[in-house]
Amino acid sequence: MKNAERKRGGWSWWYLLFVVQFLVALWPPLYNKAEPYFYGIPFFYWFQLLWVLVCAVLTAAVYWGTKE
Amino acid sequence: MAEVNWVALTVFVLLFAFVSWLGFAAARWRKGDLDQLHEWGLGGRRFGTLITWFLVGGDLYTAYTFIAVPALAFGAGAIAFFAVPYTVVIYPLLFLVFRRIWYVCNKHNYITAGDFVRGRFDNRWLALAVTVTGIVATMPYIALQLVGIQVVVGALGVGGEGLLGDLPLIIAFLVLAAFTYSSGLRAPASIAIVKDVLIYITALAAIIIIPMQIGGFGKIFAAVPPQKLLLAVPGPNSTGAYSAYATLALGSALALFLYPHSLTAVLSASSGAAIKRNAALLPGYTFMLGLLALLGFFVIASGVHDMPAFHAGFARFGNNFAVPALLLQSFPSWFVGVAFAAIGIGALVPAAIMSIAAANLYTRNIHREFINKNPTGKQEAQMAKLVSLVVKVGALVFILFVPTKYAIQLQLLGGIWIIQTLPAVMIGAYTRWFNAWALLVGWAVGTIAGTWMAIATNLATSYPLELGGHTFPGYTAVYTVILNLGLAIVLTPLFNALSRQPQRDATLPADYHA
Repeated sequence: MKNAERKRGGWSWWYLLFVVQFLVALWPPLYNKAEPYFYGIPFFYWFQLLWVLVCAVLTAAVYWGTKE
Repeated sequence: MAEVNWVALTVFVLLFAFVSWLGFAAARWRKGDLDQLHEWGLGGRRFGTLITWFLVGGDLYTAYTFIAVPALAFGAGAIAFFAVPYTVVIYPLLFLVFRRIWYVCNKHNYITAGDFVRGRFDNRWLALAVTVTGIVATMPYIALQLVGIQVVVGALGVGGEGLLGDLPLIIAFLVLAAFTYSSGLRAPASIAIVKDVLIYITALAAIIIIPMQIGGFGKIFAAVPPQKLLLAVPGPNSTGAYSAYATLALGSALALFLYPHSLTAVLSASSGAAIKRNAALLPGYTFMLGLLALLGFFVIASGVHDMPAFHAGFARFGNNFAVPALLLQSFPSWFVGVAFAAIGIGALVPAAIMSIAAANLYTRNIHREFINKNPTGKQEAQMAKLVSLVVKVGALVFILFVPTKYAIQLQLLGGIWIIQTLPAVMIGAYTRWFNAWALLVGWAVGTIAGTWMAIATNLATSYPLELGGHTFPGYTAVYTVILNLGLAIVLTPLFNALSRQPQRDATLPADYHA
């Protein structure tokens, strides 16, 4: 019981995937450039849109990973 | 103003009439006793994963967002894209923090953040501070939704100057008020489905068809002036646009779920698992918002802002007219009707949820706490219905008689105010360590400092913080909530030493998870 409770209420290593999402999204020097273009769209825009999709996948991974 | 666009107007009115009917019919959906506050104000906490997805999406991505974010991209360029990292950061917070809050609120029948803080910290004044902040921050937000309706109605060629010109807005709002009164949260939940489908159709059509008309994305971005295309690279001794961009995204994200209407939507979910799943599914809306932000650049490339047909619209609504002008230029009339209905209906959903959330707060944390301590369930629900009417009429009067720019400025201040409830609500979901009075002092200082900093910078969102010869431009809300939190940490041992009262807590650690 105590073990299961700790698993549910406390820290899980899966949450590191959230940290990755934060760091990349909130570090503009990483993506503030025009090159390379993708179908005429500058990197700044397509990278951030792509990152939205990656984050959704990472969050889904955390969901499956922490499922009881 | 240009003449009336009858085809677009007809489609618009038909769709509006349909969702109005839906709003009233929603009272019988997943039927519950609407004389109970949790039934009227939280839809009986019965919405599963899919309905929660529509409801939260319809609630957070408002009509004003769809108008204002592309307008900012059109006017200021790359900085407008902060909306993307902002709405990336919110979902891990939903997954971790607000799932805990869902569990504890479900266990104790808490309906508002004020209820939770009251139970957790056993201090009615701290709960009052959270409540008043929530109501005050929400009011201008409701008013801004009306701006969304005003712009599309104006773009349809209806109305003009004076009270008669505002008649469509008044009618829309009376209908909204009536179905919210009778159906509660079920109304926006059902309308959100229609709204979101329309918005997705509009966004997809715009992102595919308009670039084809203009001649490809390459041509569109080539038309954007270089200083708007990317963030300005910071000079020496300053973090410049980088820290402004990142803190704007972070601060907006931290503030978002503290808004009463966000929490109302979260608490109406039927299970903690539904919330977890939504944290992975809701980025679908973020992706769409990012695409819509690009519409601002389409506007630049299409040249609609220089076309004589749209001069009057830009003169009346400023950059907020950018998206409606682009849609009018690019699509046949019937589809313009669909797109404008998406924006107009997109205003109804959040406006309804916001007024319900404000009504729940007043009823639970002001009326029951300070005026009538033992209401029956029926009295409580009745009070909330009445307050939801008062709140909406207040917003309508505000938008009719006060210049729009004040609503926008108050909404900016609202973000700075609502984030000051973070230590009590979000950190409170993890620990009871803080002294309630220390939290209250932190809240007061954060609120005053934030308001002062905002006024000192003429309501610019970022404040140029000077530290050791370096400048760190950043979102005022982030700086002031750090101050707030620091004070609460320092003062907690002090207040604990001064007070002999035991620290009571109505919740148990096991209440915070499955």
